[in-house]
Amino acid sequence: MTLLGKLTWSAIPLDQPLPMIASAVVALAILGILGWVVASGRLPYLWREWITSVDHKRIGVMYVLLAMVMLLRGFSDAIMMRTQQALAFRAPGFLPPEHYDQIFSAHGTLMIFFVAMPFVIGLMNFVVPLQLGARDVAFPTLNSVGFWLTATGALLVNISLVVGEFARTGWLPYPPLSELAYSPGVGVDYYLWALEISGVGTLVSGVNLVTTILKIHAPGMTYLRMPMFCWTALASNLLIVAAFPILTATLAMLLLDRYLGFHFFTNTDGGNVMMFMNLIWAWGHPEVYILILPAFGVFSEVISTFSGKPLFGYRSMVAATMAICILAFMVWLHHFFTMGAGADVNAIFGIATMIIAVPTGVKVFNWLFTMYGGRIVYSVPMLWALGFMVTFTIGGMTGVLLAVPPADFVLHNSLFLVAHFHNVIIGGVLFGAFAGYTYWFPKAFGFRLHEGLGRAAFWFWIVGFYLAFMPLYVVGLMGMTRRMQQYDMPEWRPWLLLAAAGAAVILVGIVLQVVQLVVSISRRDELRDLTGDPWNGRSLEWATTSPPPAFNFAVLPTIEGEDTYWTTKQRARQQRQLADEPDYIDIEMPRNSPTGFICAFFATIMGFALIWHIWWMVIVAGVGAYATFVVFAWRDEDEYVIPANEVARLDRARRRSRTDALAAWDAVP
Amino acid sequence: MRTGRCGRACRIGGFVIATLLVSGCHPAVLDPKGVVGTANSTILIDSVIIMLAIVIPTIAATLGFAWWFRAGNRRARHRPTWAYSGRIELVVWAVPLLVIILLGGVAWVGSHELDPATPITSKTAALEVDVVSLDWKWLFIYPEQHIASVNELTIPAGRPIHFRLTSASVMNAFFIPQLGSMIYTMNGMSTQLYLQADQPGDFHGLSSHYSGDGFAGMHFEVHATPPDQFATWAAAARARGPVLDPVSYGELAQQSRDVVPFTYRDVAPHLFDDIANQKMAPAPGPAVRNGAEVANGAKP
Repeated sequence: MTLLGKLTWSAIPLDQPLPMIASAVVALAILGILGWVVASGRLPYLWREWITSVDHKRIGVMYVLLAMVMLLRGFSDAIMMRTQQALAFRAPGFLPPEHYDQIFSAHGTLMIFFVAMPFVIGLMNFVVPLQLGARDVAFPTLNSVGFWLTATGALLVNISLVVGEFARTGWLPYPPLSELAYSPGVGVDYYLWALEISGVGTLVSGVNLVTTILKIHAPGMTYLRMPMFCWTALASNLLIVAAFPILTATLAMLLLDRYLGFHFFTNTDGGNVMMFMNLIWAWGHPEVYILILPAFGVFSEVISTFSGKPLFGYRSMVAATMAICILAFMVWLHHFFTMGAGADVNAIFGIATMIIAVPTGVKVFNWLFTMYGGRIVYSVPMLWALGFMVTFTIGGMTGVLLAVPPADFVLHNSLFLVAHFHNVIIGGVLFGAFAGYTYWFPKAFGFRLHEGLGRAAFWFWIVGFYLAFMPLYVVGLMGMTRRMQQYDMPEWRPWLLLAAAGAAVILVGIVLQVVQLVVSISRRDELRDLTGDPWNGRSLEWATTSPPPAFNFAVLPTIEGEDTYWTTKQRARQQRQLADEPDYIDIEMPRNSPTGFICAFFATIMGFALIWHIWWMVIVAGVGAYATFVVFAWRDEDEYVIPANEVARLDRARRRSRTDALAAWDAVP
Repeated sequence: MRTGRCGRACRIGGFVIATLLVSGCHPAVLDPKGVVGTANSTILIDSVIIMLAIVIPTIAATLGFAWWFRAGNRRARHRPTWAYSGRIELVVWAVPLLVIILLGGVAWVGSHELDPATPITSKTAALEVDVVSLDWKWLFIYPEQHIASVNELTIPAGRPIHFRLTSASVMNAFFIPQLGSMIYTMNGMSTQLYLQADQPGDFHGLSSHYSGDGFAGMHFEVHATPPDQFATWAAAARARGPVLDPVSYGELAQQSRDVVPFTYRDVAPHLFDDIANQKMAPAPGPAVRNGAEVANGAKP
């Protein structure tokens, strides 16, 4: 059996119906989809147009798809946790601690790393080059590598459901609990290797987007003409580049402890757990802003578009974004006020944390004044934006409350804290992701999402959110701490029942979102948008067709101010004609490459082999991944040419639909 | 059938709402029974009030603006190009800043006055209690009384308690919600905490940092007794129960869950310091056989 390291048949939990049934359903679904793809002859299309694609738009869509699938998995964990706590009053409930502990660890890990992260990275990938007036990102193939490595991480976490176990340490593996002495199983190793591999993916994605924003944009697109979403994307990716190496290094130290007997964070031989605390939160707190800043960007675009006004106080917003970007690194200690750091340290980090509320408050007020004097259209993205503004204000308040050390002394780790971070991550990041998904969906596919179902999903989500998390604030004030598999305090129970009911309402919202997607695809002809500009948008992504051609813009636009496309449209309306037809030239675009997919294939095998100590397989997969890189590095041709007449044909079709739109606009008195 | 189901749903709903009303009045953190907890909750409530002064108008303005400036409302002023106002910018930066300056003052003063290691001013000297978190139970050592208890903390009311805390294995946090501040326990380190129960009473204590599979059972009862009864309790504890020496400590340090409270009649000197200074090795984790974890957390 040494051929397979620690792996034996006992790793597969045949005696546990829940994970076996869940994974069987998932496996059948995957096999069904694969079978359908192969049977209908779509495999070559999938390989050519998606799996090997280096087009930032396709990669963005795949990131979002990954996030949405993982949201379903992470949410089923949430339902199980809420059910367990509803049942486990002086009773064992339906999940023993060994399972419950894996479920809350997997829930947090999935939701942060494989839902929130890919969702915002996907939106940035799709939108930023379009908004900048660029043809592509700086490093297209690296972009593909980044995506597929993220998918590898998600896959490893999900494999742990069937083969072995997942970590039972919480979503951040605090030592010494996560050390070999107290967690001898493979669960922590699954966690560590999944995040090491996907962390590299996130880092290269961050490098790519920072370079793109700094170096690649249309002529005249100066920094202070960039749409707000590009600014928030820049801040977020700067944080990724600065913070993710800390995560990778910290987890690598824990791996060295577990695999090679080092003592970075062990109890004995000079290990120091406080070093882990400081390092993990030096990444962990910026991570919060990596997620929320792009959501702020989405809301800036959405509120401005649906109010029919430019963003109020644009320069102020830029300053606030960059202030948050810097301050994000100065507050990590507030995650452990209760570890006895001393009054001066606690007070300074508490105040530093509160200072972040200033630029954040400025943003909220500026969105408020963006609405002032507007003609607000209540489409689904705008509903998410309003839901966000109200919900996030409450979440921000409880966050600042937790930054007051003496208040944190009685609230730290309680369900009040759990309610707070769900309040800002659901009410901020997820609502932002949903707003962006609805807002840019027609750009990506050429048809809108069904409006009525989108509204219904929004209402179930927001009512469910308040029902699920407001009770957790109360029960936190009652002294209930997080991660309890059972309890015997009768006064906690009704609130936990209420929270479980809230989770059920959210479930309806999620089901409606799935139905919305299915219905929208099947009725795509009714929902078709031929103009490329369904919301009367203001920035450049709306200037091209939906979906945009591989090269994004037939001729790179020249930028003369903020809200470029709005200005262009105004001019066309005044002159009652489009700008003159430009001269079309050949366009060179990067060739598709399977490098990312093959690298990730080997990385998956390598990660799995490392988890189970199958050393020969580690070597084989490592050599494979390196060989893939070498083959890619020695490629001869990396670009192909789209001839000028093809570019002209596509752009003339776009201009015809724009002329029709202009005529229709003229016809309105 | 249909009415029956509705009736049951209504009954469950009625039960939930009734219990919420009864229990909602006394969230433990906001119903403190000691000086530290009272100060914590005062700061908590003050901070919320300061913030509500800005949060409520903001939410009201959001909903108000969103409603008034809806596309269908022709009475609303239309300013499609209005995107800057120096005065408004000044206000939107100044208002949050002023709130934060005020709240920052609260945080600074509060952090110093309520630092867990700061003694409580009192006429009576503090009672010493040494706390060790184990997998998965709490050990309370009374060095002056030479006794110890597991999963049950008895203290005299009206007298400050000075806790020194450490962990035998993984991290935990020691928390009695109605008495106030929590503090972490970590192996190889000792933290300090002062608490006081103002009146006699029974309180719920728990670990507020997840520590593994037996974590949910790591709660303990706190009995704050009148001072004279504390002496009686200590004398009774001194008269019975096992002795806590390195050998019996080694047995206690094995992983076990939902341990029923009991007391030790005597405690080896310097036991707490030996644990905190790692003269005693950290407690073992789960037993491992052939790479597989052996469940040794059977209930006693």
